[in-house]
Formats: sequence, structure tokens, C-alpha cells
Amino acid sequence: MSIAPAAAAVTDADLTARYYDLDEHDHPEGGSTMLGFWIYLMSDLLIFAMLFATFGVLGANYAAGPGPRDLFDLPLVALNTSMLLFSSITYGFAMLAMQKGVVRQTQLWLVITGLFGAAFLGIELYEFAHLIHEGATPQRSAFLSAFFTLVGTHGLHVTFGLIWLVVLLVQVEQRGLIPANRRRLMCLSLFWHFLDVVWIGVFTFVYLMGMLR
Amino acid sequence: MPSLSPVSARLMRFSMLLPLAAMLGGCDWVVLNPAGDVARQQADLVVISTVLMLLIIVPVMALTVWFAWHYRASNKAARYEPEWNHSTQLELVIWSAPLLIIIALGAVTWVGTHLLDPYRSLARIDKERPLHPETEPMEVNVVALDWKWLFIYPEQGIATVNELVLPVDRPVRFRITASSVMNSFYAPALAGQIYAMPGMETKLHAVLNKTGNFAGFSANYSGAGFSDMRFALRGVEAGKFEEWARKVRAGSQGLDRETYLKLERPSEKEPVRHFATVAPDLFDAVVNLCVRPGKMCMSQMMALDEQGGTGKAGMLNLAALTYDKNGREQISAILPGDQIAASQAFIKALCADNSPLRARSAEVGAPEDLAPLRGANLPSPARPDAAEGGRLSLAAPAPAKSPVS
Amino acid sequence: MTSQDQHWSMLFGRLSLESLPLHEPIIVATFAAVALGGAALVGALTWFRLWGYLWREWFTSVDHKKIGIMYMVLGLVMFLRGFADAVMMRIQQAIAFNGSEGYLNSHHYDQVFTAHGVIMIFFVAMPFVTGLMNYVVPLQIGARDVSFPFLNNFSFWMTTAGAVLVMASLFVGEFAQTGWLAYPPLSGIAYSPGVGVDYYIWALQIAGVGTTLSGINLIATIVKMRAPGMTMMRMPVFTWTSLCTNVLIVASFPVLTAVLALLSLDRYVGTNFFTNDFGGSPMMYVNLIWIWGHPEVYILILPIFGVFSEVTATFCGKRLFGYSSMVYATVVITILSYLVWLHHFFTMGSGASVNSFFGITTMVISIPTGAKLFNWLFTMYRARIRFDLPMMWTVAFMLTFVIGGMTGVLLAVPPADFVLHNSLFLIAHFHNVIIGGVVFGVFAAINYWWPKAFGFRLDPFWGKISFWCWVVGFWLAFTPLYVMGLMGVTRRLRVFDDPSLQIWFVIAAIGAGLIACGIAAMLIQYAVSIIRRDQLRDESGDPWNGRTLEWATSSPPPNYNFAFTPVVHDLDAWDEMKRAGAPRPAGNFRAIHMPKNTGAGIILAGISTVCGFALIWHIWWLAGVSLAALLITAIAHTFNYARDFHIPAETVAETEAERARQLAALKGAAA
Repeated sequence: MSIAPAAAAVTDADLTARYYDLDEHDHPEGGSTMLGFWIYLMSDLLIFAMLFATFGVLGANYAAGPGPRDLFDLPLVALNTSMLLFSSITYGFAMLAMQKGVVRQTQLWLVITGLFGAAFLGIELYEFAHLIHEGATPQRSAFLSAFFTLVGTHGLHVTFGLIWLVVLLVQVEQRGLIPANRRRLMCLSLFWHFLDVVWIGVFTFVYLMGMLR
Repeated sequence: MPSLSPVSARLMRFSMLLPLAAMLGGCDWVVLNPAGDVARQQADLVVISTVLMLLIIVPVMALTVWFAWHYRASNKAARYEPEWNHSTQLELVIWSAPLLIIIALGAVTWVGTHLLDPYRSLARIDKERPLHPETEPMEVNVVALDWKWLFIYPEQGIATVNELVLPVDRPVRFRITASSVMNSFYAPALAGQIYAMPGMETKLHAVLNKTGNFAGFSANYSGAGFSDMRFALRGVEAGKFEEWARKVRAGSQGLDRETYLKLERPSEKEPVRHFATVAPDLFDAVVNLCVRPGKMCMSQMMALDEQGGTGKAGMLNLAALTYDKNGREQISAILPGDQIAASQAFIKALCADNSPLRARSAEVGAPEDLAPLRGANLPSPARPDAAEGGRLSLAAPAPAKSPVS
Repeated sequence: MTSQDQHWSMLFGRLSLESLPLHEPIIVATFAAVALGGAALVGALTWFRLWGYLWREWFTSVDHKKIGIMYMVLGLVMFLRGFADAVMMRIQQAIAFNGSEGYLNSHHYDQVFTAHGVIMIFFVAMPFVTGLMNYVVPLQIGARDVSFPFLNNFSFWMTTAGAVLVMASLFVGEFAQTGWLAYPPLSGIAYSPGVGVDYYIWALQIAGVGTTLSGINLIATIVKMRAPGMTMMRMPVFTWTSLCTNVLIVASFPVLTAVLALLSLDRYVGTNFFTNDFGGSPMMYVNLIWIWGHPEVYILILPIFGVFSEVTATFCGKRLFGYSSMVYATVVITILSYLVWLHHFFTMGSGASVNSFFGITTMVISIPTGAKLFNWLFTMYRARIRFDLPMMWTVAFMLTFVIGGMTGVLLAVPPADFVLHNSLFLIAHFHNVIIGGVVFGVFAAINYWWPKAFGFRLDPFWGKISFWCWVVGFWLAFTPLYVMGLMGVTRRLRVFDDPSLQIWFVIAAIGAGLIACGIAAMLIQYAVSIIRRDQLRDESGDPWNGRTLEWATSSPPPNYNFAFTPVVHDLDAWDEMKRAGAPRPAGNFRAIHMPKNTGAGIILAGISTVCGFALIWHIWWLAGVSLAALLITAIAHTFNYARDFHIPAETVAETEAERARQLAALKGAAA
């Protein structure tokens, strides 16, 4: 505390200036958004962590029923994985276009991303339908409960991502690449890549390591 | 603390309770004054830990009162130093004092937890009497039902409901399970509790040292009839126990699987009941959820799972595995015969036999040599037999034996 | 099933007239009282034309101060409900002897103890703590609002939505009869087929969304919006503990969300996570729920430690002793709280090494906690302690909490836990830390910050009556529980066969009665203070000679908090400003950028309540419709880009000039 000795020389105005931010400017709107969204993603990651843990614990409880080797169709899952990986790349192109400020190009890449995402979901739904049709329902065993829940939760996230993507397409159309929309696109970008990373975990731990069991 | 002898622990317990003694003379402090050696040692641990912590709690409370009084605003005589906010020495003290207590308590915890592990077989009958290593404990199987207790005595071939009769000074190994939901098997006079869980088996080793009537109950809420889910614990002399068992065996009612399935249905305030015979493998079947005909035993299911399941062939194998999915009402309803037959045929196709396997033993042997546990393997130079004198009050004096296999 | 029945169930799911407990006189009477009271309240609000005011100024407000106050009101209302449950239990246990069944059958009694636990933790302690953080943190760090003001409003209403569902269970259907953590298989569909557990699940899920979002919000606020000069190590201790608490919230509530989602899948879809059959594992649930449950305990107590730190420093007229060690202790507790969950079920048979590991980590937490206690103690050393109500609560806390801490460490010794687990000793222990810690702390905080929020102090006379009733009542109510725990009495029992226990339960009931007097005195204290607000008025904005920035502005603060953001040069920023005699800025006011109010939060939460209700009662069409409505409303909200406005510089200048006049008059009066 260096104020006391110089007190005589200090005027009231100096003190006010020392203790108050007199030429403050508006904080840029949404300054905390990326941090907040990142924290949200980490909390979401915890949900996935719990589902992974549950799968880790219950994943070998087949209840005298089918195991992963009887059920999983790896080529199909590999195709599915490539859909999601491609969608991440195309989202990256969308972000590059956004940086350049080209509305049409951004939208185009977003649409392509959405199509890859939809393809991913379609294949996943086909896989689920096939399993259920065969009798490998989520009710059959703890392993299948954990499998459907983990993969299904990821799929649900992708669905929300798709809805969000469509909403953003409309908003970019309406208002262009204004700062608020850029921020939203950044958030969705984080979300989309996050889902990609989670899927790599799913692919490795559930499908690949399941086949090795 | 390792240096506390049983006598001083006893003294401390006594002095702590002294002020309360007058007021509580009539009360039954069963947790602090139990009839079984295991509970006795656990009570000692309660007292030792409390005393250890009071070493720091009492000064803190005294200082709080003293500071609050002395430094009150109206006492202008007290020193006032508004800028004083740091002292490295004090900081060292306030972090290290609790640390030291916790180090001591942590050591007691580590040793005590291992020695009083409910899965560990006993090494002593009580403080004075070590147990001969060859002694086989008596086995009692415990099933927590809705809402009563079933005790099966495999050696005696009898079973009781809501009554546990034990010969004193005979170590007992309890194998514990439940039929439907989680309970906790607890007789405070005997030993600490352990959960009773459906489809699983827990163990408890204990010994009762005094004859008399005690209470036991479920210590984990299990539904509507929980409050009345109590059993009588009777400690009797060994001879009387044999006599009692003979009398029960002379009874007319037996506990076969069908009787068990009726008994299993929810009921409250069950009176004490005795069964003269018990169906073989009944307890193992209860643990494995396969008492009812046509059900696959959990042990068989797990064995199949370990081989990677049964492939798509096992996909629709539901009836044999459904235990309580469709609600308690339907548990009680006996399945139609053809369904049972179909289930049984199915199970037969999958596994050679459907007998319940006994759970793999998770038992821990009694400590052979306590020195490593205490971290004092080396003989003290002054007294080569110091380990004898400074024996931890929790620890059983184990007879010298061959090293642990 | 007749076709009429089918139509009914398609429209109303499981809901029918039998779901209304019309045959239960106690509930009908309660319902009548609540309905009458509610009607009176609605009538009064309509008569005085307050609906518009409430909607504009409060319900749709994104002002952190108003949201904080609304959290406190929610906590208080739910506290009365939770306490009523406690009194019902105490009466039942005091009379159910010698063959008497008491006055509650197991269906009711089991709901009462479950609801008591759930309400007290989720809808009393959490709103109180969140409310305090919401109100105080932005002021303490010199900010104008939180990072995401709309989200803050939404979080509050989601918490309220959960509370509404719990309250609805009282009159429509039933609540869970499982204990507050709803262990399966008991809480599974096989053993709890009714709506009780579904009420539990959806109330907690909806409220959990609010809590998680509010945690994210406050972390971002504390990290991003501190006044210039306020480095991490210059943050007030309450802000520090709030930061750690919110980190805990974000890192633990998703676990609760996940585990409850799995339980609801078991109940709704028929999966096998926690069932007995098909390879499910109930033990998995117990582990997962406590991985959330233990940090939750620290979520409640850490901000309260912060409150006591602020109160102690202020009323001792002295800097807090050992600020840095206080901060490190808080951080250490935050981390350690994730390594102790298994101590809640040593009796599940995990083996000695696992049990001792978790026992010892639990004990290790007592070291930083002990350090904190010593820090408060040495803040009192060579101080000038003013014993106003906040400080009285603090001393009562210090003396009460050490006992609770001691019994807690005792329970962390696994063999000791084997004989005390689930006993009344355990009940006494956690009430000792939650009442002696959290509740006392909340009362200290209310007495401390009330003048800031409303501009007048609380009446000390009734406050002291409340204080003594509470402290004496607490010990009277819970000492018998410690004693009975050592006599081997377990928790959640409804009837007793040992008549010698009755006297202890009677003493405990008398203690509960004394606490009831304490609560009554507290309510009277609030009423008397509001009536005598002119005598109790504080115009200085700094009635306790405070040390942190919330005291630098007027009471109540203007909606922008600070006309100019303060610059921080020291830990006790406001104390330093006062000693330097820094004059308030008198001119050159600027327009202030503020968030706009919005009704989206309350609407979304309202739809969530409907959705939860529909799911509980299996009214599938309504669940579908409300889910779609939820999605559409949320999307529509994102199309609103005009979320902010500027308070014109003239308005700021006027407000500040008025404040300057007020202070000058005060100075004149003093001279």
C-alpha cells in the first residue's frame, strides 16, 4: 500500500482516478461465452464419462445372451465413423469460410456438414433397428443397456447439433455473419468437434475393444 | 495409537463416560459395551479415535470461548492489532497439529480396518483366548427377506426365521444375502454390520462371548415393513445350543424350495419360526436367484458370460433369467408348468447342469504375524519381546505359525 | 380393460381421481390450508394489482440481485415444508412405543423422511447457497451482473420447477418411499411401481439443469468479470469459496444427471443398469450417486466457510488471519472431496485396503478444514469483536461444527463405521455439520447482507431470540440422537419396541419444538424489521464497517451496481478505499450497458414442469407436446438478438447525485 506517504501531494481527483475505472468502455458482448461454453462441454463430457464408466463395469454382463462379437458389424461402424470425421472436416471448412466472411460458402459447408451428420444418424438408426429386430434390445442384458445408452446419448447429441445447425443456417441467412452469429457458429463448432472426439472414444472402447473381448 | 494398551483404552472409555454415567445408568450402551469380541474391538476403536481427536478439539473450543470473551469490543484493555494477519510459525502449527493427529489416526485406521475386516477369519475368541488355527468356524447363512430374517444352519441342517441362536465363544462365519432389495445385517451386540444384497454374497466373521438376549435388525431401509424387520439374538452355552438344535430338528416343518418361495413373499412382523430340515443348496440357490424352478442360476449365467455369452441363440432366453422384472406381484405367482419346462429345457441346452455354484471365496485369513501390519518388524534393542507388551489393543495375539501361504 | 378406461389412460396416463389423496385427512387438511393460503395470496396480489409488477420487476428480471433474493425466498418457503416433515418425524418417533403405531403409517412415514432429505438438500440448502452467491459475488468482484444474465434467470426457474414438482407430489399421487438417495433395486420399477420415485427423478433432473447452468455461469463470472486489479489472490474469501463451489457443481452435477437418467431408463424403458436380473448392478448406482453426493456436501459448506470468513474479518475489525492458507485449504478440500465417496458405504464389503484408503482420504480433509477453523480463531486474536448477530452465529458455528467434524472423522474409521453406519449417530453427525455449518452460516449471511439488499438492518431483539432457540434447540434435538446411535438405534425406523428409548425421542422432539420457536422468531424478526424499517434504516451502504466491495455501493445497490467500476489495489479493497478517503466520482457519467429482462426463463421452466408432470404420470401425448414446445420456445428465444440496452448517462448521473446528497446528509448529521 503505497498511498499513505504521498497523501499530501495527492488530490481527490487523483484518488478517484486511482480507485475507479473512469474511462471504462462497454465490455464486448459475449466476452465470457466461449469460456462458458467450454465449461458446459466439460460438464457434458462428465456425463459421457459416467456412461463410459457404466459400460466399462457392465459391458461384459451379457446375461447369457449375445456379446459384441455376435452383434457388431465393424465395416458399417467404420463407415459411420468416417461420416462423422468427414463432417468435422467440412465444419472446419465452414469456419474458414466464416473467417473470410463469405456467407454463401459458409452456408454451403454447413449444409454439407449437416448432410454428413444426418448420414451418420441414419446409419446409427439402421444399426439400432437391426439389433432390435434381431432381439438384441436394450432390455436384453446390462451390456446392451449400457451400449444403447452410451451410443444413443451420443446420437441424441448429434441430433441436437443438427437442429442447432439448421437454426444457425436460418440465422446466418437472416442476419449474415454478425458477431453474435459468428460466436454461435464457434460454439457449434466446439460442440461438433467435441462429439467427434467422444465418438472416437465410443468407436475404440465399445466397438473395437468389444470385438477383441 | 500403537502405544495404547487395552487397559488405558478401557480407562479412557471409562473416564469419558463418567459424567454421563449418572444420567445414563439405566441405558444399554450396546455399541460401546457389546457382548461379542469383534464389536468390542470396534467399540475400542470408537473410543480411541474420539480421544485422539479430543486432543485438538478441546483446546480449540476453549480458545474460541476465551478469544470471544477476551477480545470483545467492550474490553478496551485487550490488545487490538487490526493489521496482524500472518504468522509463519502459527501457520505451521495450525497445519501440522491436525496433520499429526491424522497421521496417528490414519495408522490406527489402516491397522484396525485390516484386522477387523469382516471377511477375515478370527484369530481369537476374546482378548485372553487365542483361537486354535485349526478351528473351523460355525457357518450360518443369512437371508434378508421382505421383511424378516431367515437363518440357515447348514451344519445342523435347520433354519429359523427372526431368531438367531449362537453358542458362545464359538466363532461364526456368516454368509449373507438378500432376496429382493438391499438390507444391512446388524446385531450391535455381536459385530459391526454388513450389507445384505440380492444376487450377491457378503461375509461376516464374529463371535459372541456372553450368553443373553440381544437384538438384531436391518440397518438399511428396505421398504414398508422395515421397522419391524428385527430378530432376536440369543447367546447360549455350547451344550444348550446343541440341545436347542436337536429340538428344532425334531420339529415337523421343513424348509424346501416351495416353502421358501412362500416365505419369500412380503410380510411384516413375522413371528419366530423353526424349520427342522432345509433343502440342500437352498442358500446357494437364493444367492444365485434360482430357487424357483426354471430359472437359470446367476453363477451359470456368469460362467456363460465369461465365455463371451451364448451368441444370437441366447437372444430370446428371457423367462429363465427374469427374476423380479415384472414386479413383486408376479414373483409370487407360480409360472405355468409349460413355461417352466421350456425354460428348463433351454437352460439344459446351454449348460450341463444348473446347480448354483458357491461364490468364490473372498475370505481373508487371520493374521499370522502382526508385526508387519504394525510396521514394526524389527525387535526393539532394549526388549526383544517388546511386541508382546506393546500389543495393539485391536490385534489378536496370534499364535506362532508357519508363514502365510 | 374397457374402452372407456383405455381412453382415460390415453388422455391422463396413470393419473386418476384415486391419485388424489382424498381419503387422507392430514393431507386434505394440509391441502385445504395451502389452497386457502394460496388463494389469499393470489387474491391479495390481484387486489393490489401486483402481478404486473412482479412479472416485470422480478419474475423476468435478469438482475443477479433480484434473482439472488428470489432464491432466498424459495429456500425459505421450502425450508418451512422440510421442517414440517422433520416435526412430523419427531412426533411419530416420540409416540410410536409400546405397541402404538404412532399416527403415520409406513406409506406416509417413508415418504416424509424421503421428502425431508430431498427438500432440505436440493430445495433449501442449494437455493440458499446459490442465492447468496448470486447476490454477493458480482458485487464483491465489482461487476454489474453475471456473465450470462438470462441463463441465471432460467436456472432459478428450473430450480423452482423442481420444487413445484416435489410440492405437487404432496397432493397429487405420492412421493418416493426410498430414502433421499433412492437406492435401487428398491427404487426400481419392480419394488417401487408407483409415481413416487418418478417425482423424485424428474424434480431432481429439472432442478439439476438449473444448478449446473448456474454453476457454469458463476465460474465464468468470477473468472472473467473481476474488477481491474483484482488478481486471484486478491479475491475476497467468499468469492474464492464460491469459485470452488461452482467448480464442484459443474464437476459433480452431471454425474447426478447421468445416474438419474440411467435409473429412469431402468424404470421407463426396462433397461438393466441397476436391476437384480440380466446382469444389472445396484452397487454401481450406489457408487455413482455418491460420486456426486460427497462433493455435494462441500458444495453446501464451502460458500458458508466463505461467509464466516467475511463475517469474522468484518466484526473483528481486522484482516483475516492467513488469507493464503485459507485459499489453499479451500482448493485442497475441493480436490479431496472427489476422493472420499466410498466412505458412505464401507459396509458394502469392498475389502480392507479400499476401505482404509477412503477412510484415510476422508480424514485428510479434516486437515485443511481444521486450518480454516484456526484461521478464524486467530482472526479473533487481538481483535475488537462486535457481537452483532452475524458474529454470534459465527461463534455458535465454530463451537458446534468442531463436534460435527469430530464425529465425522470418527465415522471415517471403517471399523467404527461398521457399528455406527446408518445409525442415529450418523443422523446426528450430518445434522451437526449441516445445521451447525450450513444453516447457521445462512442465518449469519442473511443478518449480514440483509441491510445491503434492502437498506435496513434486521431487528436484533427477535434475531437473538431466534439465535438462542436455534442453538439450544439444536443441541437438545440432536444430542439424544448421538446417544441413541451408541445404543444401536438405526435410522428411518417408524415404530420401536424398546420403551427405554422413548425418553430420548421425547427430548429430541422438545428440541425440535424449540427450533420451531427459533424459526417463528426468525419470521417475526423479518416482519418486525420490515414494519420498523425506518428506524432500522441504513443509508451509509456500509452498516458494519465492511471490508469488501459490496459495501462500496448504496443499499440497496442501483441495478447497475457501480457507476464506475472500482479499481482494486489490495485484498480488503473497500477497507483500503475508505482509509485512503477516495472520493466518489462526481461527474462524467457514461451510459451503462445492461442486459434486458426476458420472460423466456420462466416460460421454459413452466413447460419443463408440465413435461416432468406428464412423464411422471405417463401422459405420453402431453410429454411429447411439451417437449416439442420446449424445443420451439428455446429456438424462438435464440432469434431474439436485442437482449441489451443502455442506461442513459443522465439517469446514472441523477441516481448518483441522489446518492451523493444522501451521503452528504448523513455526514452532516454525524457531524
